[in-house]
Order: sequence, then C-alpha cells, then structure tokens
Amino acid sequence: MYGTGLAKGLMLTLRHFVDSYIDDIRYGFRKYSHSVDNFGIRQGTQTKGVITVQYPDEKVAVPERFRFVPFLIVEDEDHPTRAGKDWCTSCGICAKVCPPQCIWIVRGNDPDTGRPVPEPEAFFIDIDICMNCGYCAEYCPFDAIKMDHDYELASYDRTTHHIHDKARLSKPNSYWRSIAPTRAYEEMLARGTWEHKDAAKEARRGQSASRSAPRPAAKAAPAPAKKEAQPTPAPAAQSPAAEGATPWSEDDAKREERRRKALERKARRAAKRGG
Amino acid sequence: MPTAAPDAPLTSTTIEGAIDHLRATYPEAVRADDREGYGGIIVDSAQLLDIARFIRDDLGFDYLSSATAVDYLGAGDHMEMVYHAYRSRGGGALVFKAQAEREQPEIPSLVSVWRGADFQEREAWDLYGIHFPGHPNLTRILMWEGFHGHPMRKDWREAYYEEEQKPFDSRWPGGHVHRAEEKNVFGKNVSYPREIDLSRLMDTSESAVYQSLGLGVDVERVMDKDGFETNELVVNMGPHHPSTHGVFRMVLTVDGETVTSLEPVMGYLHRNHEKIGERNTYLHNIPFTDRLDYISSMGNNHGYVLAVEHLLSLGRRYNEPTYRCETLRVMMVELSRIVNHLWAIGFWLNDIGAFFTPVLYFIQERERIMDFFEAVAGSRMMCNYMRFGGLFADLPERIKSVSNLVNDRARDYNTMQFLTEMVSERIPRTIDELEQLLTQNEILIERSVGVGVLSAADAINYSAAGPLLRGSGVPYDIRRADPYSIYDELDFDVAVEDAGDMYARYLVRVKELRESVRILRQILPRLEATQGESIWADGKPGAYAPRVPLGEAYGRVENGKGELGYYIVSAGGKSGTANPWRYHVRAPSFINLTPMGIMSQGHKVADIVGILGSIDIVLGETDR
Ligand code: SF4
Ligand code: SF4
Repeated sequence: MYGTGLAKGLMLTLRHFVDSYIDDIRYGFRKYSHSVDNFGIRQGTQTKGVITVQYPDEKVAVPERFRFVPFLIVEDEDHPTRAGKDWCTSCGICAKVCPPQCIWIVRGNDPDTGRPVPEPEAFFIDIDICMNCGYCAEYCPFDAIKMDHDYELASYDRTTHHIHDKARLSKPNSYWRSIAPTRAYEEMLARGTWEHKDAAKEARRGQSASRSAPRPAAKAAPAPAKKEAQPTPAPAAQSPAAEGATPWSEDDAKREERRRKALERKARRAAKRGG
Repeated sequence: MPTAAPDAPLTSTTIEGAIDHLRATYPEAVRADDREGYGGIIVDSAQLLDIARFIRDDLGFDYLSSATAVDYLGAGDHMEMVYHAYRSRGGGALVFKAQAEREQPEIPSLVSVWRGADFQEREAWDLYGIHFPGHPNLTRILMWEGFHGHPMRKDWREAYYEEEQKPFDSRWPGGHVHRAEEKNVFGKNVSYPREIDLSRLMDTSESAVYQSLGLGVDVERVMDKDGFETNELVVNMGPHHPSTHGVFRMVLTVDGETVTSLEPVMGYLHRNHEKIGERNTYLHNIPFTDRLDYISSMGNNHGYVLAVEHLLSLGRRYNEPTYRCETLRVMMVELSRIVNHLWAIGFWLNDIGAFFTPVLYFIQERERIMDFFEAVAGSRMMCNYMRFGGLFADLPERIKSVSNLVNDRARDYNTMQFLTEMVSERIPRTIDELEQLLTQNEILIERSVGVGVLSAADAINYSAAGPLLRGSGVPYDIRRADPYSIYDELDFDVAVEDAGDMYARYLVRVKELRESVRILRQILPRLEATQGESIWADGKPGAYAPRVPLGEAYGRVENGKGELGYYIVSAGGKSGTANPWRYHVRAPSFINLTPMGIMSQGHKVADIVGILGSIDIVLGETDR
C-alpha cells in the first residue's frame, strides 16, 4: 500500500525521538549535571539517542595514541642528575621525516672544540604547518619528541604565537607518562629505563649509578629482549666522544667509507644546485 | 602487476598474449618498454588512435582506468602519456605509452575512443602543456585560465620554492626558522600569461563568469542555432552552494526547469597535490594521501603503499607484509568503506531533501568507527596508518582514554570486544535501521527511480568507477576483478544493480555495506588467530628513508568512491631514489564527474543536486 514505507520510516524517527527522552528519564538530571559520572552514562555503551558534548565545559576524552602538535621531553625537575635536561640529541631525524618540513633545529656545538654536542641549541615547530602526522614521534630514536593531547592552541595572532620554540615545546617526562601511561611503559621496556638512554649508559659506566632514579626491577627484566628488536640508531652527535677510543672493526671501516661517499655525493649535488 | 588470466583459451586473453597480438598487427608502431623496472608497450603517437581502437575493440580492453602524463626532463627529455586499460570483466592492465618531444608536445586525443579520457587529457594539458588534437574542449581544468605555465613540468617552480626535493637542507643542523610568506610577500611573485586581459578580473558582468568555459553561447542573449531568441538560460550553481559538497561549480543551460547541458567546473580546492608529492620523499606522501578523500583515509593509504611496495619488491631486499598486517589493513579499509557509504547515503538524502535527520542517525555509528581509528591510528580522519611493508602500530590491547577525562570509567574497552560488538551488533543494526527508514520509502523512490540514468556501455566508456559503475549493471569491483591484499581468500559478493539510476546506486551502497560487514566477520577470527604475530616482516619497523628501486608501478584499490589508483615512477638515481619522480593520483571523484553532463540531460534543476550526490564526490580528491 502506498505510504507504508513512509510510515515505517517515521516510526523509526519517532523511536529515536523517544529514546533520547528515555535516557533523560532513566538518568534524571544526572545526565546534564556536572557530576562525576555523567560522562560515563552519556558515553557508555547503553546510551540511546543522540548526545551533545557541552564543549568547552566538557571535552571528549582522547585515547592515548591521539596526536596533536608535538612536544619535546625534558627530564623531570626532581631528577637527581639530569633535571631539566633535553632528551633530544639534535640528531635531525625528525626534521627529515617531517612531511611539511615544519621542524627547524639548530644543533648545539661545544664552544671550545666546535664539535656537535647532543643537545639542540634551538628547536622550532611551526604549528600552522604541522599536519599532526606523528612521524617525528614515531621515528625519533631517543623517544624525545611526543605527540601532545592538548588541542586548544588557538590564539589571536598567528604571526607571533604559532612558532613554538624550545621553551614552549618542552614538557617534563612525567607529563608524557601521565597522558600516555601504556605507551610510556612500553617505551621504558624497550629502553630499559625510565630515564633517557644516555642516563642509563652513564649509570652503567658507574658514574651516577647510586644517584639515578631507582629502576623497577621487575619491569626492567624483559628489557634486553625488547631492546634487540629496536633499531639501534647511530646518531652523528654521539660519535665524536667515542671516536679514537674504539678500534676500527671491518664494519666500521665500511660504514665510514659509505659515509664519506655519501658526503661527497651530497657536496656534488649541492654544487650542481648552486651552479 | 601479475594477474591470473581469465579462463578463455585464446592467447590474447593474457596480457602477454594481447601484447603479442598487438605487435603482430602493428609491427612498426609498437615496441616493448624495456626501461629498467618498466612494463607494457610504447606506441608510435602517429598511430595511437588506430591502436587504441584496436585495443578496445579487438583485444577487449574496454575500460580506460587512467591516462596521465610524465615529464622526463633530464631522463630522455620527452613527455609521455601513460594509459592503463583494463577489461571490464576483470584481469590485469594493458599499459601503453605514447611519447612526444618536450617543447611543443602533441599526442592525439583518445576521447573518441574512451570518453573517460576527456577530463584526464584536459588535466594533462593543464598541468603538463601537452596538446591533444581532436579533443572537443581542451581547456584548463584544475588551474584557472589566467595561470601562467604548466605547473607539473619538472622545470616549473612554485612561489614558495625552496629545493627540488625534501628534506630541505635548511632545517637541520642550522635550522633558524622563518616563514615562507615573509620571504615572498604576496603579489610580488605572480605572473600572468601574455595574452590574458587583466581588466577582466575587475569585470562584474554576467558573461565574465562564463568566459573560457567553451560553452559557445552568449549568456546575455541566448539564441538557438537559427538565431531566434529562446527561453534557454545559463545558470551558475556554485562554487559556494550547499549542495555541491564543497567548493565546486556547475554551469547549467536550462530550458525552463529542464537541464539541456551541464558543465562541471572544478579546481577551487586545487593545491597541486602531485607536485608536492614529487618534492616529498616516499614516506612523506602517506599523510598527504589522507587529505585526498578525507572520508576514507585508510583506503587512500592502502593504494599508495601498495604501489610503493610493488616498486620495493623489484629490489633485492624486500619483505612482504605479514598476514596480520594484511588482515589489519583490510579491516581498516572495510571499516572506512562503511563510513564512506553511510556518509554518501546520508548526504545524498540531504541533497534530495531529507535534511540531516537520516545522516545524523547514520553517523552515530560512524562516530564509533572514528573512535576506533583514533585509538588505533591516533586520528579520527587523518589516519596515516599504513607504512611500506607494515603499519604504524598494532591494535592496542584496550581502547582507553586517560587525558581530558571527565570520568575515568568513560572509555576503557577491550579492543577485540569493542570490535566484535561493533561488527556483530552495532553496524548491522544501523544498516537495518537505514533500510527500514529508506529502502521502501515512497518519496525516496519517486525522487530517485529513473533519474540520472547511466547505461552500462556509457559507464564503461566514461571510465566510471565504484558504485556508479556497479549501479549501471557492470559487476566490476577491483577486489574481485584484480584482487590485492587478502581479498582473494575472503568470501563476499560484488554488489550490482542494473537500472543505472540514483536508486540503483543507493541499493548498491546498501549491499556493499552488508558485504563489508560480511568481510569484517571473516576478519575477526583471522585477527584472533594472528594475535602476537608481528606487523612487520622482520619484526622491526621499516626505515624512514627506503631506497626505492627504479621503475614504475600502478597500485589501485577499490575505495568507497571507486577505483583509486596511484601511478608512481621511480627514476633519477642509479641505485634507486628517495623521492618519487612521478606521483599521480587517479581520483575516482574526479573521473566520475566525466559522465555528469550526460546523466543530467533532460532532468529538472532540483534533480541535478541529487545526481551529484549520488555520484558521491569529495572535493579534496577531485581537485587534488
Ligand atoms: S629525532 Fe628526536 S633526538 Fe633527533 S632531533 Fe628529533 S627530537 Fe631530537
Ligand atoms: S607531527 Fe608530522 S608535521 Fe608535525 S612536526 Fe611532527 S613530523 Fe612534522
């Protein structure tokens, strides 16, 4: 009969309409109050009808992997030896993998020797250009750059506020552990320590073993296995210290040869571009 | 790509057989493309038209999937058109190419053979400056007519040009930040072609709006061909119009309420995605593909990684993605197909007048899928999930939120349980509701049956793809016709409807929703079985700068909107390259607009909006 399809559809609309009120009745005004569990009710699996999140009074919870603009990790203020120290070694990988090329890094140099030191002198991210892809965090070999969950970055003047410098980007390690506990834990397992890789290395050398933050023994146990699975990066910034001391193995010689060739190729390319 | 031949015994049913047949028939004009890593044949442009007809009629490659240009500056110094033709009953591609010198390139137009070449040749003219004698309306399509030059040519440089290829040297180790816009103040870098009349930019008259469209009518005094004034009017819809799903424009000629011709005008969202893609490294492009069809970014990722993986497989050190990786990919892609179709049907209903009630019902389920994407990939829409040979990450154990929390019980689900609930209960329930609301609805039926008809022959000839093609009775679905990933072991049917009208397209989408659920049901046990298996073949994530061996590859997937293809050329270096030489996107939203004109003829203005909605386009992909 003409109109049956229409009537069936309208029944559905009616059901949806009623459902939103059933929820109201079931939970009373709790649904709208700012009580503790109101979100649990409204975002739970049992909810019927459509809900509105009252942004900015309420916010939708974001999962751990959520990514917005990146930030840099610095050691916690209460760390005995490295408080406030950058985790970043200015290896430059994040600047290379950044698709819109919005990361700018000035590598630190030792004023006496002129050699690079494993710490960035300056670090900028242009958040207008950042496409929130997460590559920088994914490919950083030192877990030094992470994706933030804070998406409220609007400002009145983009020309003065949207290039984040190192001070603005830096947040303590404990912050990362608070927004992404599971991932921070997994990374700790891969690294073998809650601290920066270097801190662990120092600790092993015995320089600061007694003073470094206590490591959870049970958690550190599975570390070696995981560590092998992780690619071992060879940061340019770290090699100077080791140079000379280590005897050349065949592999090193080959690697050095490849590097030299690559540098030559690069110089040739640069010359060609210039000319 | 290697494909199994259809079952007929004739030699020319295989691609090699077809090529042999072709070479036997045109011994002078056809030669094999024997460059390293390339395949297919190179055809003498003088005989291109004849050969194309032969390919279509005698060899049966009736579906022209992609036609695109490559500029080989410094690598042979020629322009090349690359065509991928398929048989509409399935199988691999016949790839043929025609070359021309770089300065005044000229290659005969194939519009008379495949109407689907129309927009693609206009694009090649627009972006590469290749001239196509025989093309009915060879005007710019993505750039505006006052644009100087052809931007995809290798020697053309954009306003904020820094270097040929990323990563740029200025970023590290001496990376002192500056804004590109400060270096290059707006207005100082614009050049116009000599012949353009700049005063026209100030022109506010009616005719200025339609100049350059090749309509052949004086819009202020429309005459019929005998010189009588008629009732015909030229009406401009868009670019800012709520029905066009973005910034898109249609120029209609109407006789009363009836449309006599329609010309789509696009490019308002053009950002030269492909040029950016050729500056990028291979890895950089993955998040950029998210921004094409932003409704189904998982599918976009998939097509691109397939193409690059095909190139990587030419090299010595290549590991196939693991089974778990493929399973996760297919799951993500099917979920985004569901999102895409819910969205497409919802907005199509908006277009025909059911304003926002249905779409809001459907996107409740979409929200859940988005939540899942966010928890797994990190973003709701710009997923950036797939990598060459792997994925960003495996599923998390729990879908859990810890920041911005109002209540810490709000979200903490077991991932597999969440998925199982979604696949076995919530999505099917939503599809049932959708059908209850719409399929028998008399108003919907009256609005859509018999409107916007596209015949099967036209659909193939105009290179229509996806639900538009299958709604016209052509059972062509790449997941079956030319299977990739693990689709050949999954059990599902190709949705097809014969009527070719808007309602048929709607039905195809509903069927595909159900088929996607069917696929997902088969995925879940596979996920359970592969639990613990790595998503990377050698157990660790791939390198950020893989060397990609020389060659070409065409990776295509059945995306929600139709066939999405990536044509990638790796050229330049000796041992392979870090940046693609050519990066082309065969965008279904773009090519599906080619038959828009014939589908609209004879319908009322109000139906045009519905017809556009039933094609299902997204402007991020149309304009690229
Ligand atoms: S990749 Fe990590 S360590 Fe290297 S420069 Fe970037 S943030 Fe610093
Ligand atoms: S998130 Fe992506 S775009 Fe943003 S800074 Fe990191 S790599 Fe660059």
